[in-house]
Amino acid sequence: MLEISDLWVEVAGKPVLKGVNLKIDYGEVHVLLGPNGSGKTTLINAIIGDPRFKVIRGSIRFKGIDITNMPINERVKLGIGIGFQMPPKIRGVKLGDLLREISLRFGGKSNIDELAKSLNMHEFLDREVNVGFSGGELKRCEVLQVLVQSPDLAIFDEPDSGVDVENLSLLAKAINDFCGLSDKPIMRKRSALIITHLGYILNYIKADRAHVIMDGVVACSGRPDEIIENIKNHGFEGCYRCLRERVNG
Amino acid sequence: MSEGKGKWIEEVREKAKRAIDKPSAFGLDLDISKFKSISKSSESISRDLEEKASEVGVDLSGRGRAGSYLQVDSSILMGSSLHEGVEVLPISKALELYDWVPNYYWRALDVDMDKFTALSELKCSGGVFIRVKSGVKVELPVQACFYLKSSGLSQNVHNIIIVEEGAELNVLTGCASPRVGEALHVGVSEFYVKRGGKLTYTMIHSWSEGVDVRPRTGVLLEDDASFTSIYINVNPAKTIQTMPIVHLNGENSRSSLVSIVVASNGSVIDVGGEAHLNGNGSKAEIVSKVIAKDDANVISRGVIVGEGYNCRGHLECRGMLLSSKAVIRAIPQLDAKNASATLSHEAAIGRFSEDEVYYLMSRGFSEEEAVSIIVRGFMDIGPVDLPPLLSKYVKWVLDNVSRKL
Repeated sequence: MLEISDLWVEVAGKPVLKGVNLKIDYGEVHVLLGPNGSGKTTLINAIIGDPRFKVIRGSIRFKGIDITNMPINERVKLGIGIGFQMPPKIRGVKLGDLLREISLRFGGKSNIDELAKSLNMHEFLDREVNVGFSGGELKRCEVLQVLVQSPDLAIFDEPDSGVDVENLSLLAKAINDFCGLSDKPIMRKRSALIITHLGYILNYIKADRAHVIMDGVVACSGRPDEIIENIKNHGFEGCYRCLRERVNG
Repeated sequence: MSEGKGKWIEEVREKAKRAIDKPSAFGLDLDISKFKSISKSSESISRDLEEKASEVGVDLSGRGRAGSYLQVDSSILMGSSLHEGVEVLPISKALELYDWVPNYYWRALDVDMDKFTALSELKCSGGVFIRVKSGVKVELPVQACFYLKSSGLSQNVHNIIIVEEGAELNVLTGCASPRVGEALHVGVSEFYVKRGGKLTYTMIHSWSEGVDVRPRTGVLLEDDASFTSIYINVNPAKTIQTMPIVHLNGENSRSSLVSIVVASNGSVIDVGGEAHLNGNGSKAEIVSKVIAKDDANVISRGVIVGEGYNCRGHLECRGMLLSSKAVIRAIPQLDAKNASATLSHEAAIGRFSEDEVYYLMSRGFSEEEAVSIIVRGFMDIGPVDLPPLLSKYVKWVLDNVSRKL
């Protein structure tokens, strides 16, 4: 579904991604781990096409289509949805009104009230988008907007940072339901890429594959439980060591 | 008319004559001698007029309205009430009919304020008189429409609205012009809200690029009276300068002035509001939101003077620039003259952020749609004290404006 090859991305003239390779198949849930500043957020901003993240080499293909130079909204129309880590406030715009407009653009089939209830956001529909929201409310609001879009590939940037256990299980349940993680693997069609700094969300979501991003490259990929175990034992320092040894060796 | 009252009218005219060359304190000065004030043509309701009127919220069928007044250039085509306890008359008729009207004539506003007030007195070409009798509460709006269609004309109107004790009135005014050459609209409005009365005044301006606009508004509020004004300018004009003055003389009187100005295509606009908190416990809020595009130039003023015990006032000026050639200047002013007064202001001008645009694009909106959503949000006035029909209508107007930007 998503295929990123040798992706180099510059932010404000500085290279941040230095040759990322990543492949996500239909029905797969991947997690992306890595220390602060390693390039996780840059990667997803490049996938969505924020023009401030400039691709200088490599390509991004989605459903077989080269989207490397496509405007944001066209990528989204192809079926990519993104939940941001730090969404901006949209003053004077009610969340409910925005969700209705979003839904209209994606076939109008989403049941906004039901989805909002499932994320405990129904009381926020009359509020201005992201204005005065707490950390947990912002995350729930992001996931809600993505669910209304009903994308084929959902990307969530740190849905588990600064969120209490109650919120985290609510968010995880919504993401699980969205990906059909209670269905047999063969039945799953949708994919997800979840960025997590420390992997808390993996206690709630069974991901298929984990990647560690270090210094702008994917340093390691493998089974999520194994990778988390290693990070727990050796920290990201261990990943650095491993990466250095491989590069030098 | 009794002798005393006749004397007041004479006095007013004398003062007006002396002020006919007096420039306005704000805004570009104009040579008013080039305009004539009476148009000779006889008027009827045209398709153009109907369309323009509905754009500014005026339904010429009069349906869903408590009364209607329609003036085209200097011809009065409608002026009647459909509601008991509400009077809607041309001002000349009201002056003929009641000898007490001079008690409400140039009492909320000085006739010699500037050449425009003077002009409207000396060469008045119409205006509406609306009165709602004591205790009568009317939810349906009374509508007034001023349509300026002849080049070279100055339409000088004088409106008076009286809300008697405990009465409630909602007025919707639409001012519009089709594409004309040079023309001038001078609109003097005096509002009197008596004890416990309530007036809401919603005014939509949709002028065209040749028109100079000089409204002059004075409001007197008695004890527990409340006044809400919503002013929306949706189309370019040549110049607009207006600064309504609200005198909150009564104890616990309340006033809220909200203006939303969209300035484009070379418009030079100087808008503001002034509230004098004279009464103890009086409260005023002035909110202005300005959107400037193309090479528009806008000054947004606000003045609150706090004199009464425990009075409160808040000023908010927000501006959004949609072009690097446009200019917005916010000039908030607070004068506290009583130690118990609480006055505050906030002002912010800027462009919307890229973050917001990309955020909305990531929800499937095009760049243009994203900007329009942000601008519409900026213009939102939040909860206002208007009856449902009017708040729905204000929302409709703002939706239309943001789509056109």
